[in-house]
Amino acid sequence: MPQPDVKAGRLSACQYLTNFGDAHPPLTNAQALIEAERCYYCFDAPCINACPTGIDIPSFIRRISEDNLRGAAKAILEANIFGGMCARVCPTEVLCEQACVRNTNEDKPVEIGLLQRHATDHLMASNGAPLFTRAAPTGRRIAVVGAGPAGLACAHRCAMLGHEVVVFEAKPKPGGLNEYGLATYKTVDDFAQKEIAWLLSIGGIEIRHGQALGEQVLLADLSRDFDAVFLGLGLGGVNALGLQGEATPGVGNAVEFIAGLRQTRDYAAVPVGRRVVVIGGGMTAVDAAVQSRKLGAQEVTIVYRRDQPRMPASTYEQDWAQRNGVTIREWSVPRALDTDGGQVEGVSFAQVQELNGQLVPTGKHWRIEADTVLKAIGQTLVLADPGLATLALRSGRILVDGEGRSSLAQVWAGGDCTYGGRDLTVEAVEHGKIAAHSIDRAFGIQRGGKPFTRTRTGLGA
Amino acid sequence: MADLSTTFAGIRSPNPFWLASAPPTDKEYNVNRAFEAGWGGVVWKTLGEAGPPIVNVNGPRYAALYAHDRQLIGFNNIELITDRPLEVNLDEIARVKRNWPDRAMVVSIMVPCEEHAWKAILPRVEDTGCDGIELNFGCPHGMSERGMGSAVGQVPEYIEMVTRWCKQYTRLPVIVKLTPNVADIKPPALAAQRGGADAVSLINTINSVMGVDLDALLIYPNTGGTGSHGGYCGPAVKPIAQNMVAEIARTPEMAWLPISGIGGITNWRDAAEFIALGCGNVQVCTAAMTYGFKIVQDMCSGLAEYMDAKGFHNIDAFRGRAVPSIVNWNQLNLNHIEKARIAQDLCIQCGRCHVVCEDTSHQAISATKDGKRHFEVMDDECVGCNLCVSVCPVPECITMHALQPGQTDPRTGQWVSGEYANWTTHPNNPARLA
Repeated sequence: MPQPDVKAGRLSACQYLTNFGDAHPPLTNAQALIEAERCYYCFDAPCINACPTGIDIPSFIRRISEDNLRGAAKAILEANIFGGMCARVCPTEVLCEQACVRNTNEDKPVEIGLLQRHATDHLMASNGAPLFTRAAPTGRRIAVVGAGPAGLACAHRCAMLGHEVVVFEAKPKPGGLNEYGLATYKTVDDFAQKEIAWLLSIGGIEIRHGQALGEQVLLADLSRDFDAVFLGLGLGGVNALGLQGEATPGVGNAVEFIAGLRQTRDYAAVPVGRRVVVIGGGMTAVDAAVQSRKLGAQEVTIVYRRDQPRMPASTYEQDWAQRNGVTIREWSVPRALDTDGGQVEGVSFAQVQELNGQLVPTGKHWRIEADTVLKAIGQTLVLADPGLATLALRSGRILVDGEGRSSLAQVWAGGDCTYGGRDLTVEAVEHGKIAAHSIDRAFGIQRGGKPFTRTRTGLGA
Repeated sequence: MADLSTTFAGIRSPNPFWLASAPPTDKEYNVNRAFEAGWGGVVWKTLGEAGPPIVNVNGPRYAALYAHDRQLIGFNNIELITDRPLEVNLDEIARVKRNWPDRAMVVSIMVPCEEHAWKAILPRVEDTGCDGIELNFGCPHGMSERGMGSAVGQVPEYIEMVTRWCKQYTRLPVIVKLTPNVADIKPPALAAQRGGADAVSLINTINSVMGVDLDALLIYPNTGGTGSHGGYCGPAVKPIAQNMVAEIARTPEMAWLPISGIGGITNWRDAAEFIALGCGNVQVCTAAMTYGFKIVQDMCSGLAEYMDAKGFHNIDAFRGRAVPSIVNWNQLNLNHIEKARIAQDLCIQCGRCHVVCEDTSHQAISATKDGKRHFEVMDDECVGCNLCVSVCPVPECITMHALQPGQTDPRTGQWVSGEYANWTTHPNNPARLA
């Protein structure tokens, strides 16, 4: 019987440095200029409509080409305060870059994501005057639950509008998935914290850590003490396989694995199996699988229940996984965790096929040996607070209207905890922004200028 | 294979590409390299009179205007005529001509507007064995302040006078190089012709200030804080040059006058266009200064392939063929009506045609169809202005189509007669002919 092989320090220090460095290095000035000049500055540009936050992409790119990087950054950040992180993590290949008319012309879109990073990196690195200022104080106070992209986007926009914001965050650091949930090589050099520090510099936002909803803080108290509440809870739970032995050492969940890697200061101290099996087909599965390889795992396999085209991870992410030596296997659902002596040693899968939209077993089974098994089959909303008992849900997520209003009075919600999105950072930012304006409108404050009219999409009937 | 050789003003050259009088033709080393690369001829950088050499600035002499990816589309210089001793230049010219007998060697000259000055230099130039001279009446910077260059080219009487002296004191063909810094190019060209010029060459450079250093708020480039205007050239000046060439070519009195086309010629197409506008050959400078001498090989290749494809056996076969198509505005057929058409299979949906038509007064391109992004010309609004064609990033996606006789113009509701009628007889013209 082979012994499970799980250990840390599989690679040299130099290899860790390379493997966890910036996966997609920023553009040089020369590259950015040449790329910016490729933008056609389309009318009613399709890329803008494809961006969940509606960034005026042709304008920011034109500003890059005109050597106005601060103006470019402003065009980005006024639509998306997390424009820096989104430039790194957005699946641009299915958003703005998919819509680029250069695809039709020459099958090669303008590198919008990299250009966005170029502009926002410049701003973060410069010490210019603040881009955004706060409106006159309104005296209104808003509670935001969750310091992730949705919560902080809402907080920032509320602060801009002159409100005071307190953010309640369970974890010791702000950022939500930006801090705990992305592959390390997507956001190096502690960028998530730097970006949040910049965001908070507008003032009027206080973050209180160690404040989990339903534990240290209750919705009833927030509703009483604040003029409005925004829930940006994220998805705190992880789906289980429902198999025996899930608690066996060697079986873990991908979310925790990824968070651990983001928080570690020493990759050489992170143990990983020689053979890793990741069960699932989303971005989390890819991030966990690729990072396992980068930690030195020799054989890493993603096993997905359907075929590759239907994996939630984008084609680009799938390619990225395969280029990094990850094997993807399709049409298989786990049927048993093989354990021996209190340690996982393999997974058995049932082969399935699709009949009338349903996955049905073919009767064939296969088995793969594994030292580490990571579950990445989805996350769930955790509603620990008694005040949320009557909250309307759909598909296990909070139901909101186009402005982000939940079924509870004075309670808005956005991000992954709400129904109707694709679980993207950029969508969470948009939800927070829309909710902030809705909250502002609810206060009945008259504001000049162009009214904010954006609403959430994808909410269904 | 097409014959690229030319005989221009009696000067033979294996191809129509000469290097214009400019920094690349300032000395033997460069010109040898140019001839090795394949240039058909050179116009040696302008010689001044004997005596202490010209002095140049010791700072930036050049600056560029860029398009995408720093592609140089405009170029400026403040260099004066040759700053090397006359004797050195004459020795080198003689040696190069001896070594390259099949290439055209023309010498550019600029001396004060005094008969003795021309009388003194011309025999010495002729002694080099060169094939012709070019009179620099064009240089718009520096030398013009001293009464030479464009200061002469802007006064037709001076042009005629100096040209006459040159014809009197040398047997060499005389090419008069004209300045574009005039309101009308025809009087200077006619003056050259009256003076007996064998040919004209144009254009020389255009007065220009390239830019401002926005940090220092100083002219850019500058010589220690101040700068003066320079001479502008490069691809961006080609349309200006072509207009001036065409103005001469279509003036009946100058129909026979050989023209050496100059101004932004960067590739074979530019050269072919100048030839079609009546030029017997072309001169190139900026393109060589941008890419090096080797480009002449690509120019010759392209021109020969084009001529072969068109069945033109030699340059004369298509020289001047486009000239009759250039007329005064009042001769344009106002009964001719075109409409733009967007090829939907080529359209990439950028919408630039729509927004420019919206914002430029005609509002003739729709942006949606059945609720979807779709760009289409509305014939009942289209005036056929060609703006959409001009801004479309996809070649051949938007094309212009003429209405045929018998069709009705949906914009005016009027029937296309097919008859020619211009402004001179138009009912709206108060001064119309009967």
